[in-house]
Amino acid sequence: MRVRRAMPRKSNSEGVPKPQQPVESHVSDSASSGPAPTEPALPERIVTAMPDAELFDDENDMSWLTKLMPSRIRTEGKGDPSGKGKVPEGLWEKCEGCGAVLYGPELERNLQVCPKCGHHHPIAARKRLTALFDEGPTEELFALLEPVDALKFKDSKTYKARIAIAQKNTGEKDALIAMQGKLKAQPLIAVAFEFAYMGGSMGSVVGEKFTLAAERALEQRAPFVCFSATGGARMQEGLFSLMQMAKTSAAIARLRRAGVPFISVLTDPTTGGVSASLGMLGDINIGEPKALIGFAGPRVIEQTVRETLPEGFQRSEFLVEHGAIDLIVDRRDMRDRLAALTALLMRQPRVA
Amino acid sequence: MNPNFLDFEQPIAELDAKIAELRAASHGQAFNIDEEVGKLQDKLKRKTADIFRNLTSWQVAQLARHPARPYTLDYIQAICEEFVELAGDRAYADDAAIVGGLGRIDGRSVVIIGHQKGRDTKTKIKRNFGMPRPEGYRKALRLMQLAERFKLPILTFIDTPGAYPGVGAEERGQSEAIARNLLEMSELKVPILCTVIGEGGSGGALAIGVGDVTNMLQYSTYSVISPEGCASILWKSADKAKDAAEALGLTAPRLLELGLIDKVLREPLGGAHRDPRNMAIRLKAVLLNQLDELEKIDAVALLDRRYKRLRKYGALRAA
Repeated sequence: MRVRRAMPRKSNSEGVPKPQQPVESHVSDSASSGPAPTEPALPERIVTAMPDAELFDDENDMSWLTKLMPSRIRTEGKGDPSGKGKVPEGLWEKCEGCGAVLYGPELERNLQVCPKCGHHHPIAARKRLTALFDEGPTEELFALLEPVDALKFKDSKTYKARIAIAQKNTGEKDALIAMQGKLKAQPLIAVAFEFAYMGGSMGSVVGEKFTLAAERALEQRAPFVCFSATGGARMQEGLFSLMQMAKTSAAIARLRRAGVPFISVLTDPTTGGVSASLGMLGDINIGEPKALIGFAGPRVIEQTVRETLPEGFQRSEFLVEHGAIDLIVDRRDMRDRLAALTALLMRQPRVA
Repeated sequence: MNPNFLDFEQPIAELDAKIAELRAASHGQAFNIDEEVGKLQDKLKRKTADIFRNLTSWQVAQLARHPARPYTLDYIQAICEEFVELAGDRAYADDAAIVGGLGRIDGRSVVIIGHQKGRDTKTKIKRNFGMPRPEGYRKALRLMQLAERFKLPILTFIDTPGAYPGVGAEERGQSEAIARNLLEMSELKVPILCTVIGEGGSGGALAIGVGDVTNMLQYSTYSVISPEGCASILWKSADKAKDAAEALGLTAPRLLELGLIDKVLREPLGGAHRDPRNMAIRLKAVLLNQLDELEKIDAVALLDRRYKRLRKYGALRAA
């Protein structure tokens, strides 16, 4: 954690810039022209942040990094609440896998995968889907669905306030994006969880959008792909959230009966109610490298069994070994592999 | 303080004790104590009614896990003329946290599946506090598929804090076991009647809770997360479980109001544990009624109806 705080603000490295602010080559411009957001870091983000952050909390790493990093970038991470820092945010990123310092735009071009060690950093749902489909027209589906606070839920904040913050920070209405387009010239419907939106939690909108997308896939007999990145069901919607597990699973049952492929891609992290419903129900289950995938989170298990979990427990590689997922696919190969798999399942000719 | 009573039940415990004492003292003697006992019993009734008139959600959550509350096997024994328990998932083990088997209720064959908790330390451990592992859910699915093959309706009794979060459970695919049940239950061609009798703990409860009707006993709960779990995540303190219980809306009347369940079964005065026999009689009557209704529907229409039912769950709007 210390290392990461010494770095340019993490919130920009996770690939969730506001949609109207492309990070691409405009990074320096946008950062120098406008003040950095004064909004304090998202609490949800911190709570649910990579559970293994301590793995990278290494003093040696730190000194190595401080030597390497230009001082002007280092100071930026200390947080300049006035937002007057001159240093562009997110221009340099430290790889969470190998510690290499990476040029932000290059990392982004590489789909947030470290070119040195292959570590998969989080990627925004919208970017993931854009990267998946062929260039050309894609249509966003069911974009108008919005959450409501049926329970008038309130903890330290009201659910309404949490929705407002999440919407502002991600630019999304809720935590699932659905799109329809072509993958290597074949029709495809895909959905992706936005982890930056309340930990990618599944409430009524997520469940409904997933179900509608599955029903659309069924109607068009188009393969259906889901990228999950989520902590599970959304507590603030109470039993409504739990019932989304049943609803989405029933929709998948219909696809199954009709022989329309459903491929579930589990990314870091996928736990709780999503893993225990739509996540594990793919005709093919794919994991991204080293993604945390499980029913209970590691901390809950540690508290229950009162022992430290072995290295690699609940990671994709562990799941392949234990027979829970079919294969691991590198994000950079995802397009090719998904196209090949769906073509095989649909008895279509080999894709180029 | 009597440990078999919750703190807000202590006045009930005291009156209970007084009545018992009076009876013991008068044993074999010629005094007529009926009048005195009658008075105390009236008082007990009034007191119980008072206490139960305005229970908080947190008190209901405690009643749902009351140590004396009837469990699945208690109800099975009370409502079935015959019951043969069937064990094992045919792949790995028998999980004692879920029981299931063939039963006869009012002359008809059914398959009954439910979570099972233990009463004393030994049985609590054997039953893993009602927290199933994947083999429990797989046993449940195996029995449900057996029911489908022989065209027997399925009754499920839900009473679990949740699926077990352990190392072995993860290794053997806890997520997949739950997910698979949700998927398969949505398409089983026989009526499925689900009743929450105690704790409806999240995915571990839902994994035997997808069907054609969802009943809840009056003082049972059904929730996406336990009040304690919710409090420790959102309030950063398990002490706020009381607030979390309120916020989660996990009581039967509230869930009925929200359209998330179909029926609330009234419990005897003071809760099911004060009169388990009476509770079982009511439960049996309701289930038989519902069975009659559901068995009139042919399989295709039944599945269509079930999908529509699942399909409508959600609270959202289109901008």
